[in-house]
Amino acid sequence: MKFGILQFPGSNCDQDAYYTVRDILGLPVEYLWHQETDLRGADVIIVPGGFSYGDYLRCGAIANFSPIMASVKHFANNGGLVVGICNGFQVLCESHLLPGALVRNDGQHFVCKHVNIRVENAETPFTRSCTTGKILSIPVAHGEGKFVCDESTLASLKQNKQVLFRYASPKDNPNGSTDDIAGIANENFNVFGLMPHPERASEIGLGSTDGLFLLKSLLKGVK
Amino acid sequence: MATVNISIMLKPALLDAQGRVVQGALKSLGYDEVASVRVGKKIEVQLPDSPDLDTKVKEMCSKLLANPVIEDFTYEITAQKSG
Repeated sequence: MKFGILQFPGSNCDQDAYYTVRDILGLPVEYLWHQETDLRGADVIIVPGGFSYGDYLRCGAIANFSPIMASVKHFANNGGLVVGICNGFQVLCESHLLPGALVRNDGQHFVCKHVNIRVENAETPFTRSCTTGKILSIPVAHGEGKFVCDESTLASLKQNKQVLFRYASPKDNPNGSTDDIAGIANENFNVFGLMPHPERASEIGLGSTDGLFLLKSLLKGVK
Repeated sequence: MATVNISIMLKPALLDAQGRVVQGALKSLGYDEVASVRVGKKIEVQLPDSPDLDTKVKEMCSKLLANPVIEDFTYEITAQKSG
């Protein structure tokens, strides 16, 4: 299973993701520059955290129109696996690969800390190494991570079990996110976005290895 | 050339956290009567005047300048005669 990690000007979690995939899991991985269009045979695309294009206009808005994203949309619409972390989640919402949007945290502050999140659906390619209800400790680091959507979208997210993670309690919700939502998938469960950073909880020296759920789940699907 | 002044605001249903903080600051300056503050964006675009200008501007707003999921936009076009 080969990974492709997008790099926009202003991405800053690309190397963390690369390190986790290559050095911790020992899997093949390549960076994909925003002006390229070739995904180089990647089976999974990671849209990393950071401040793509300086977060100008809106977080993720400019990245949506980069050449590489045209290829990622095509890849995703043909069933390819795509994961967006933090700014990557914002990019996927702006690209309409995921519903809803991420707006300024209720408390106005940039929040950087470990939070507890609960697995809400463990039957997806991104969560199948977990069990539903399991609590994971994973850091968040964002200023605009409050997930919002209209009521009908929220109803369908819940009905289709597209909410994969919630902050474990309203107290753990760092940003006022609707219904404590921390991560969602698209209807076909091949695109996943979350605000917490699994790559920053991938070895014991970082304080938690709970973030490895993601790569372990993706690998579990490979024969 | 035409000048287009575009104003982008968060949808009224969404809490404007920035506006709320600014309202608090105004209150601390003694302006207790301020009932609400909302913070938005103003974008000024200049482009050649054309018959389909209105359609073009609407398109620019809904494709890129505003995110229709969370924002509303309004705009005013001022045409300037050249020469």
